[in-house]
Amino acid sequence: MADVNGNGKFLVGIYDDDDVVLKAVKDVKQAGVRIHEVYTPFPIHGLDVALGHPRSRLGIAAFLFALSGTTTALLLTAYTEGFDWPMIVGGKDSYSFPVYIPVIFELTVLFCALGMVGTFLVSNGLGPTVKPLMFDLRTTDNKFAMAIDLSKNKLAEGDIEQLLRSSGAAEVNVKQF
Amino acid sequence: MHVTSAVRTPLVTGGKTYADVTEDVSRQVEGRPTREWTIAFTISVIVLLYGTACVFWTWWEGLGVWGLNKTIGWAWDITNFVWWVGIGHAGTLISAILLLFRQKWRTAVNRAAEAMTIFAVICAASFILMHMGRPWLAYWALPLPNTWGSLWVNFKSPLVWDVFAISTYFTVSLVFWYMGLIPDLATIRDRARSKVSRYIYGALSMGWNGSAKTWARYEYMSLILAGLSTPLVLSVHTIVSFDFATSVIPGWHTTIFPPYFVAGAIFSGFAMVQNLMLIIRVVFKLEDYITVEHIESMNKVITLTGSIVGVAYLTEFFIAWYSQVEFESYAFINRATGPYWWAYWAMMTCNVISPQLFWSRTIRRSVVWTFTLSVVVNIGMWFERFVIIVTSLHRDYLPSSWAMFHPTLFDISDYIFSFGLFFTLFLLFAKFLPVVNMAEVKAIIKSSSEKLPKSVSGVAKGERVTNPAFNKNVE
Repeated sequence: MADVNGNGKFLVGIYDDDDVVLKAVKDVKQAGVRIHEVYTPFPIHGLDVALGHPRSRLGIAAFLFALSGTTTALLLTAYTEGFDWPMIVGGKDSYSFPVYIPVIFELTVLFCALGMVGTFLVSNGLGPTVKPLMFDLRTTDNKFAMAIDLSKNKLAEGDIEQLLRSSGAAEVNVKQF
Repeated sequence: MHVTSAVRTPLVTGGKTYADVTEDVSRQVEGRPTREWTIAFTISVIVLLYGTACVFWTWWEGLGVWGLNKTIGWAWDITNFVWWVGIGHAGTLISAILLLFRQKWRTAVNRAAEAMTIFAVICAASFILMHMGRPWLAYWALPLPNTWGSLWVNFKSPLVWDVFAISTYFTVSLVFWYMGLIPDLATIRDRARSKVSRYIYGALSMGWNGSAKTWARYEYMSLILAGLSTPLVLSVHTIVSFDFATSVIPGWHTTIFPPYFVAGAIFSGFAMVQNLMLIIRVVFKLEDYITVEHIESMNKVITLTGSIVGVAYLTEFFIAWYSQVEFESYAFINRATGPYWWAYWAMMTCNVISPQLFWSRTIRRSVVWTFTLSVVVNIGMWFERFVIIVTSLHRDYLPSSWAMFHPTLFDISDYIFSFGLFFTLFLLFAKFLPVVNMAEVKAIIKSSSEKLPKSVSGVAKGERVTNPAFNKNVE
């Protein structure tokens, strides 16, 4: 996606309907055109698969963060009550695992949620100072935009435009970054 | 795309298009504040200012300004805390558990319900700070080493578990709510006309552009967050109930407390959601999105959880008799027939009898009935916590120390403070952020709309989605 910030010239097909754009992705790909990305106002199930995006590995990150939370809680409780300052409260052993389960659970959830959301923001390049890369401002409202990077396609601009229109695009615009 | 049975009633009425959803929800974020909003906000701020002054006086003078005595060391403070935390359970239940159960009606109400959750938890936390008496030492509840002035916290104490549970719940709910807001904030950003709002909503929406890859990861993340929040929401009120259940006070050390508290929390939370949504849908003209179907679905949840609570009350009584522990029996007989009988019967009437009226279809689809009964339920749930806390404490093992609790002006004013805080925050949310999740409502329009107008789809031509033509794009 480096060319996006450089001298990219894109053809943007604007669609009115989610089912049409999903079908269009398959048609355009079948015709041998490389699609840069599709922008939609809401998630369309199956669109990422149709575009050939790999399955997200966010779950792995979530698991690792959860594990770090569990470890932190285990170490914290074991160090404070089992080693640093042993105390017998309520007739329980100074280190007694079962009563630590609530704290272990909460820290697991906390670390997992914060870590995963942080990973999500970083991996998608999202942040408060990020300028959004918008191919069409209406894609957060009611339009679906399919962006095609002309520098990565051998087909002529006119042919791609024709293809987009025949796949159901209501309009085709040129966008230069 | 999903194919919806014709039996299912529509969740979005009025033949709304995607653009209509954006327009109807963004309208009041972009427009000037309405007169109703301004009046409500002014009242809330005045109440908040009065309450803040009273809370500061409580801290300045000390907790002696409350009606506590040496027998009753917890009264309205913890009653209010448990009540607000309970209310804070509906939002996460709607957004997380109903997401896992694929309940589509969740989409129109989840945003406001989650906001309510966050503000309710803030109110609950304010009572924790209040009842500490010395809030500047609140950090003693955190696991910090001795050199900070205290020993390590006692990890065996349910009060410490509560610190972890409430703070985790607040953080995760806030994150879940905010992540849900990002796509809608981007919608507002792209519609914004003024430079200031484009800048503010631009920063808040974090550069979201709705690419297919981001959406796919976003959905994956939402699913995991929902999976995390589901046990979390159950754990929070479970741990709150441990504050009582792990003690040896008759009427408190009951093993059914965790499920009973969780059911009660969802019960009162849904009642509060009903109250807020019934006002929002009229004031913001969102009747096409928050329909009678939504109200009815939530009333069904209220009936279910209200019945669980009713069974729990009866079980407690049965166990008190069956255990043959005379102190336990006395605690319950005293609740029902002692000097606090009125609180007990207020609780029984409001919580056990009133939700049963929702078995009638007419009542559970009536806006007036729903609003009234929701208020009644929340009064009842406040009395439930009062009954559990005060009537269990006021007559202990030593008859010479029996006492009654009399609320003072500051008990009442500090409770009023929390209403000022809650409504001020909620009204700010309702004005400056989209109260309905636009992206999620757009995603269910095809499967759940009353009828599809031509502009949404070239495929359906005004038919409902029972049309198998919608299936053809899905392998």
